[in-house]
Amino acid sequence: MLTFILRRIVSGVVLVFVISTVAYFLLYLGGGDIARRILGQSATPETVAEKTHALGLDRPLIVQYGDWLAHALRGDFGASWFTGEPVATAITSRLAVTLSIVIGATLISAVVAVVLGVLAATRRGWIDRVVQVISILGFAVPGFLIALGLVLIFAINLGWFAPTGYVPIETSFSGWIGTVTLPIVALSIGGIAAIAQQVRGSVIDALRQDYVRTLRSRGLSSGRVIYKHVLRNAGGPALAVLAVQFAGLLGGAVIVEQIFAIPGIGQVSVSATSQGDIPLVMGLVLATAALVVIINLLIDLLQGFLNPKVRLS
Amino acid sequence: MIEPVVAVPTPADLARASRVSLFRRLLKNPTGIIALAFLVLIALSAIFASLLAPHDPDLPDINAILTNSGPGHLLGTDSAGRDVLSRLLFAGRFSLAGALLALVIAAVIGVTGGLIAGYYGKWFDSVSSWLAGMIMALPGIVVLLAARAVLGPSMWLSMAIFGVLMSPAFFRLVYASVTAVRNELYVDAARVSGLSDARIIGKHILTVVRAPAIIQAAIIGGIAIAIQAGLEFLGLGDTTIPTWGSMLNDGFTNIYSNPALILWPSLTIGLTCIALTLLANAMRDELERSGSVRKRKKKFLGQTVSIEREPVIVHPEVVDEERSFGEELLRVSDLAVGYDQPDGSVKVVVNDVSLVVRRGEVHGLIGESGSGKTQTAWSVLRLLPEGGRIVGGSIVFEGTDLAGASEKQMTRIRGKKIAYIPQEPMSNLDASFTIGSQLVEPMRVCLGLSKKDATARALELLAKVGIPNPTRTFAAYPHEVSGGMAQRVLIAGAISCEPDLLIADEPTTALDVTVQAEVLDLLRELQRELHMGVILVTHNFGVVADLCDQVSVMRGGRIVETGPVRSIFADPQHEYTRALFDAILEDGEARGDLVTSPPAAVGRHGALS
Repeated sequence: MLTFILRRIVSGVVLVFVISTVAYFLLYLGGGDIARRILGQSATPETVAEKTHALGLDRPLIVQYGDWLAHALRGDFGASWFTGEPVATAITSRLAVTLSIVIGATLISAVVAVVLGVLAATRRGWIDRVVQVISILGFAVPGFLIALGLVLIFAINLGWFAPTGYVPIETSFSGWIGTVTLPIVALSIGGIAAIAQQVRGSVIDALRQDYVRTLRSRGLSSGRVIYKHVLRNAGGPALAVLAVQFAGLLGGAVIVEQIFAIPGIGQVSVSATSQGDIPLVMGLVLATAALVVIINLLIDLLQGFLNPKVRLS
Repeated sequence: MIEPVVAVPTPADLARASRVSLFRRLLKNPTGIIALAFLVLIALSAIFASLLAPHDPDLPDINAILTNSGPGHLLGTDSAGRDVLSRLLFAGRFSLAGALLALVIAAVIGVTGGLIAGYYGKWFDSVSSWLAGMIMALPGIVVLLAARAVLGPSMWLSMAIFGVLMSPAFFRLVYASVTAVRNELYVDAARVSGLSDARIIGKHILTVVRAPAIIQAAIIGGIAIAIQAGLEFLGLGDTTIPTWGSMLNDGFTNIYSNPALILWPSLTIGLTCIALTLLANAMRDELERSGSVRKRKKKFLGQTVSIEREPVIVHPEVVDEERSFGEELLRVSDLAVGYDQPDGSVKVVVNDVSLVVRRGEVHGLIGESGSGKTQTAWSVLRLLPEGGRIVGGSIVFEGTDLAGASEKQMTRIRGKKIAYIPQEPMSNLDASFTIGSQLVEPMRVCLGLSKKDATARALELLAKVGIPNPTRTFAAYPHEVSGGMAQRVLIAGAISCEPDLLIADEPTTALDVTVQAEVLDLLRELQRELHMGVILVTHNFGVVADLCDQVSVMRGGRIVETGPVRSIFADPQHEYTRALFDAILEDGEARGDLVTSPPAAVGRHGALS
């Protein structure tokens, strides 16, 4: 088990390193005349050259990269070119907001999807058909359209929730709930669709296994066998889908935050990219890659916990 | 080496046949035809936008800003006074072309990479698989935003990059299909016969991946349209061209002044994405259906055909001094088991089966695969596979008719009164739980034992069934023990609640010959000690001779001969019984068709054996 965890951690670190390296070279090679972009067209060539020197952009790229890496390893990811705010603080302060929404959406998707998937697989009939239709629609309709629909119905027409804005959880719990509910629901629907479909399929598979009959022949009720044995065995494939969904939810959060005017990393991403604030973009790429790697690691550990064979291999 | 190739229909042929019919079938599938028609309509309206559009899509009319639909502007105007309908039509060109670009790039990279990695393997395989994993781990929209920071706001560039990001979807699909096909016999044969790799890939491999790739393309097309609209909606697109996403953006900023404005692009994007997904689903359904039709036909040939009723040959009871039996435990009368078919009919696989088991008596059910003996056994437990049910007769156990008992009653009877030993030891243990927990759980439920008592009893039982180190096996997972050990564990589980009746379904078939004898000895000992009634399902007369008191010979879902083992051994009367005897004399296993006379069209299908 220990070597399994260690191997996963090492491969995760390597992945983050490779992604950051590739991203660095692509961003800085493709960036063109960065100082000119920051200073605008009216700046004189002298001030541009000065700015280039001040940013250290006149050094060879490999040296710049080495410098960035050395600082990054100490937790210093540079500062935004436009606001001067350190990248690390700019991202961490907003990451908490995004994570509260994304994790909320992940948990809700997982729970609702498991319930729907199990119902569809065990009851079949009309429940199964309803779940199928929900899955197809939830998968097909883009998340931001769902978010727009939710805003129109629940915020603008019914007035149940604030259409935009964000109240931190420390300020007011009910205020927080009021502002994050719609974004979380909007994000969850796609995840529910994908995961429910997977849960349904793997529960149907697991129900056909011989051991289900044998366990029932020992006097265990079918409900008990489903919730203890079938779900655990169906859990592996469902978790794999959840891992993929998490990356999707993180991407979806970018757009949903924009719709609900929530100050998360989605907003930073949009403003940083439209300004060409490369240190901030670099930090964002790194943060998302690290986050995805960490979540995948957690899900792998959970897989190992569910399935003893994974643990040993 | 070459001859067999002629005889073997390759999946490539099948794929070709199914592809032609796939399109034709799609036209008969209502969902498929509606989705396809809608997509064709959208595509045509984009292509002929310049003919259809009533206005110039970019021409602002300052006198008509944010108007509702009216005679001049069918769908109203946007915040710059441009005609919404005209913009919608022209935007279709850019939105669809962008999605198509992403799709083509994803398909070219993914399919080529998948073919090379799957067919040649080696270093390219590991590198590209790793790359695919890495790309899939990244949230696409973040990468697109980063790329935009560097490359500027070009919709075409964004879509090209998105194509690269989506290529793993094609890569994985093609890779999986190719590795599955690569080592097939017909591909080997083609290689041996000197076909070049390019021809093998083109002829045999591409045809296999074509249908799934088309389905994947529909899905990815939908995602590309959604992502592109999302980017434009964020205001991160190219403002010089009309797209559905930018129209959505305009609608959203003016959501309070004219809520209708957001409706049209939303509907267009949403319906296009839904149509693409439904199309993919319809194609998948049709592909699966054509696959399952073929399978079903095959199954039909191999199914148990209920033979015409013929009188059961009953041998008279003989008094056996050595063995004494108790009261009657189980009386099965005229049992019939059927499976619901998709067309609403019921396929009967067991008919008119009657048998009696007394306490302490071992009743053998013998017959070849598909003769209905396992179906009979499962009916007594009321654990028939999905779709199967008892369609006639009664199963009276200790005064209760199990055929009509509620699930709740059955749960109380199973384990405690009637227990079951399965055929295949490994698949009958849940690989996710330790052996110990699978023994303890039922005992706690059935016997109401505490965890500690149940554990102690489980260890005792493991020792009793001859497991050398019970503590170690208790803590082990199923994949850590041998098949023989696993079967002993299952026997321990079956007797753990001291049942009155034990149903053993070919308990030794899956084991090595040396282990078989040990397990049979164990069964005999336990049966005598606990004085259980046993139904022993087997295809082997040797086992019957070894263990049984009574035997019923089954064929085609019916009992053809029944009676005490000794008299049947002494004087087998039915030709089928004699054929089974001949099979042991030849030291062969009594599988397959023994008697080829009319009613014996019997195959070996797991579900029915």
